[in-house]
Amino acid sequence: MYILFAIISLTGMGLALGFLLGAAARYLKVEENPLIDEIEAMMPGSQCGQCGYPGCRPAAEALVAGEAPATLCPPGGRALAEQLANKLSIDLDLSEVEDQAPMVARVDESTCIGCARCYKVCPTDALVGAPKQIHAVISDACTACGKCVDVCPTECLRLHPIKVTLRNWRWPSPETVTAKAA
Amino acid sequence: MAAFSFFSFGASGKIRGGVHPKPRKEATFDRPIETAFPLPERLYLCLQQHAGQPAEPVVRVGDKVLKGQLLAAGQGAISAPVHAPTSGVVTDILEYPAPHPSTLPTPTLLLEPDGEDRWIEIQGVADPFALPPEEISARVGAAGVVGMGGAAFPSAVKLNLGRKTRIQTLLINGGECEPYLTCDDRLMRERAADIVDGILIMLHGLECNKAIVGIEDNKPEAYAAVSAAAAPHGGKVEVRQVPSLYPMGWDKQLIRYFTGKEVPAGGRSADIGVLMHNVATAYAVQQAVRYGRPLVSRVVTVSGSAVSAPRNVEAPIGTLLADLLAFCGHRPDDTASYVMGGPMMGDFLPHPKVPLVKGTCGILALSPKEVAASDAKACIRCSRCVSACPAGLLPLEMMSRIRAGQLESALGYGLKDCISCGSCSYVCPSEIPLVHYFKYASGELVAREQNKHRTEQTKRLAEERQARFERQKQEQAALAAQRRLKAQQRKAEEAA
Amino acid sequence: MSLSLLSAPFTRADSQVQGIMVAVMLALLPATAFGIFIFGWPAFFLWAVTLLSALAFEALCLELAGKPVKAVLLDGSALLSGWLVAMTLPPWAPWWIGVVGAGLGVVVGKQVFGGLGQNPFNPAMLARVALLVAFPLEMTTWALPSLPFSSSAPGLFDSLAITFAGAPAADGMTGPTLIGNWKTEASQGRGLSESLVSGHYNVMASILGWKAGSLGETSSLLVALGGLWLLKKNIITWHIPVSLLATVALLASVFALTDGERYAGPLFHLTSGAVMLAAFFIATDYVTSPSSPAGQLIFGAGCGLFIFIIRTWGAYPEGAGFSVLLMNALTPVIDHYVRPRIYGRDLKGRPLDLPGGRR
Repeated sequence: MYILFAIISLTGMGLALGFLLGAAARYLKVEENPLIDEIEAMMPGSQCGQCGYPGCRPAAEALVAGEAPATLCPPGGRALAEQLANKLSIDLDLSEVEDQAPMVARVDESTCIGCARCYKVCPTDALVGAPKQIHAVISDACTACGKCVDVCPTECLRLHPIKVTLRNWRWPSPETVTAKAA
Repeated sequence: MAAFSFFSFGASGKIRGGVHPKPRKEATFDRPIETAFPLPERLYLCLQQHAGQPAEPVVRVGDKVLKGQLLAAGQGAISAPVHAPTSGVVTDILEYPAPHPSTLPTPTLLLEPDGEDRWIEIQGVADPFALPPEEISARVGAAGVVGMGGAAFPSAVKLNLGRKTRIQTLLINGGECEPYLTCDDRLMRERAADIVDGILIMLHGLECNKAIVGIEDNKPEAYAAVSAAAAPHGGKVEVRQVPSLYPMGWDKQLIRYFTGKEVPAGGRSADIGVLMHNVATAYAVQQAVRYGRPLVSRVVTVSGSAVSAPRNVEAPIGTLLADLLAFCGHRPDDTASYVMGGPMMGDFLPHPKVPLVKGTCGILALSPKEVAASDAKACIRCSRCVSACPAGLLPLEMMSRIRAGQLESALGYGLKDCISCGSCSYVCPSEIPLVHYFKYASGELVAREQNKHRTEQTKRLAEERQARFERQKQEQAALAAQRRLKAQQRKAEEAA
Repeated sequence: MSLSLLSAPFTRADSQVQGIMVAVMLALLPATAFGIFIFGWPAFFLWAVTLLSALAFEALCLELAGKPVKAVLLDGSALLSGWLVAMTLPPWAPWWIGVVGAGLGVVVGKQVFGGLGQNPFNPAMLARVALLVAFPLEMTTWALPSLPFSSSAPGLFDSLAITFAGAPAADGMTGPTLIGNWKTEASQGRGLSESLVSGHYNVMASILGWKAGSLGETSSLLVALGGLWLLKKNIITWHIPVSLLATVALLASVFALTDGERYAGPLFHLTSGAVMLAAFFIATDYVTSPSSPAGQLIFGAGCGLFIFIIRTWGAYPEGAGFSVLLMNALTPVIDHYVRPRIYGRDLKGRPLDLPGGRR
């Protein structure tokens, strides 16, 4: 008898709470997840499309929906992947991200033919030049998205690691030093 | 010491934290400064030997220059010129490894001495106290004098700031709390009169009447020498002993010890009416103003167990540290580590073939037995780092945050107030490289800040581009509409 | 290249983790030796069993976690945890009390949190409290002190039987501890003067440690001497012991002055039970106490307060274990709110005012 009573009351409670939750989901629904805005603000914003999504906002939406891994953004690199994983509280498999040095595009002046294709695709206007003139990269504006490399017919545009100088040299993390020593 | 750190817990306390590393100064403190260092075959003059903008060369490759001649002029508000340490020929301007843990190449001017060591015509001042005060800092600046204690901040900039803010006290740092180093000690013992003269000249340039020289009580001879030299000047230059405790030579520690005041975070010492210079800087100022000699040489401690004849050497700027070591009987096979500066705050060097710069106070070749090198163990939270920290931080908490990747959280624990003095790493029984963590985190945070900046800029650029496309589209549409309208009009006209 | 070679400092203090652990064990030695001296072979067996099982449990956990076994075992922390557990056990407790205690301390108290430096609670106190709750009979059967080879001291074989075969101790060989006695008597409505007489209270004997009690806790004098030596060696700082003992003494004095029949005086409190051990060896545990000096003072005072409250009004006669665990739980909070003042900043971390009121 008691058992029956317990089953009935618990089932009743479950139904009632479930109904409440369902109602809340329906009436208190947030149209657009504010998290998407936050994630988008973290992305590089060059809309380069290397992640496979048409831009940074769709990529952010996919991230929030859990359809894309935190490591989706190549220009953002390891640092962004860590921040995203932190923000979304998801596990991060960094083994896929190559810990590559930051890159910048550079024009090889001996092979540039001035075809003017590259500066049309550059999402940040980091390429300057005129048709039939040798083009140049403004390295400060370059996000190393690689779009120009794809369209360059002579392979004169390449991504090169940013040169380490005394001004941008940083102390390596003690852990990476130990790992290297081991 | 534990009890001590509690009593000095409040703001009124004079000394906080600190450690007592083995001084190891006995190897060099009894020997006079070696002035007969033979001129090296080549001098490598970094164009950036100071905080701020690098200097710009004013000579060309192939030029013959005289000792003391201007080679590179300072650029911008915070910079210092570089002069020829001896007479010779400028053979190259190239990228050469910098005296920095990374030994990355930096613009360097190559000078081949001609052996004559002939001075350019220099003009001293018979009575520097007759000069207008602002002339002092001008001359100090023209002579390329920078802070010789290691920071290498252009001295003229500091003097100007001090004069403008009307500081009340000039503090002279004779602490030299780093183990091994004795270059300031020897300088004070041997050239006390010149140092005191330099202090008086700086006081004149600052329009200030009071200087205090702080000397650690483990240097009684230096204290006696400077006191004797200061005695005739009627209390204008006061010489005081300070306890031997690392990091007593941290400028803000000395300021708190002498004035009882603390420099507010983010502020400068001039904000509370004091200015601090190193004793070696005072000497360089005296040489520059009284004799017109630019800063072209300095006294540097060459020590460590892998050096047979450790001593202080007065060497021309631009000498390779390897040459200095070789001069003092260096045994490369016995060397585990090269350190530029003292062992507490100095920089690791992968090799000593880098030039001496104005801020180098020592070069150490440490043998394996001197370098404690074992792997870090787990933190046992013994909080010795907390008692040792002169800045009042919680190194263990900052370290565990950084390890967990929470750099912002470490910032909340005062990462920016860390002075990298190394006291925490020194006392850590688990041998955790705490300072290394803090240096890494600070650099990483700067990099992130720059990245953020960059991202914002990228977004702006991308948006501008988008807007431009929109505009172009609209303009084209408008043009097309106009053309269509004209065509219609023409048709209408033709029809009419 | 070794890590420490890349960044300054390139010189280090001589003190190492292993050295610290060894020093603490040395400081425990006199009190332990005295305990073994007065409680005979069973105490020694229990002590040895506890230490060995602590080492075994540590090795097992390290092996399971895939950590270097030998290197970590040599740091001495497991040995010290085991030793501290042994100090708090009734000297004639059966062997498995020692094994279970060491297991609780090392495995549940420390290794499940990630090993040395990660545990929120003091392993030894966690073990003691868990044992006390789980095995109240074994944990409150106290042997009376006796001189070695005297008629009341058990022989070697009797001792083996007491520790390993669970042979019940003869009636005349056990008795209550002082505070246990005081508690029982008080619950029966008898006043302090009466109960102390029936418990054969003798101030000198109590300070020296000639009384029933835990293996290493009876001699407050020797424990305190060991603690003072640690202070002198700079292994511990004075903040926690002083604030703990001062709080207990102060509260005891105040209450004893108000009602001397009901409340025991400061001397009684300081020289009985685990107060001395807690003050110098347990509460000062680096891992589970706050890291700032001010935080340590608060921590010590809190321990003292809880010890007095539990002893005076609580259900258990001894409150040291519970008090330390309670304050351990508060340590992260203390560490969060009580931080040293940073140079050039006020206590809240804002930059100091410039002269003239500018910021």
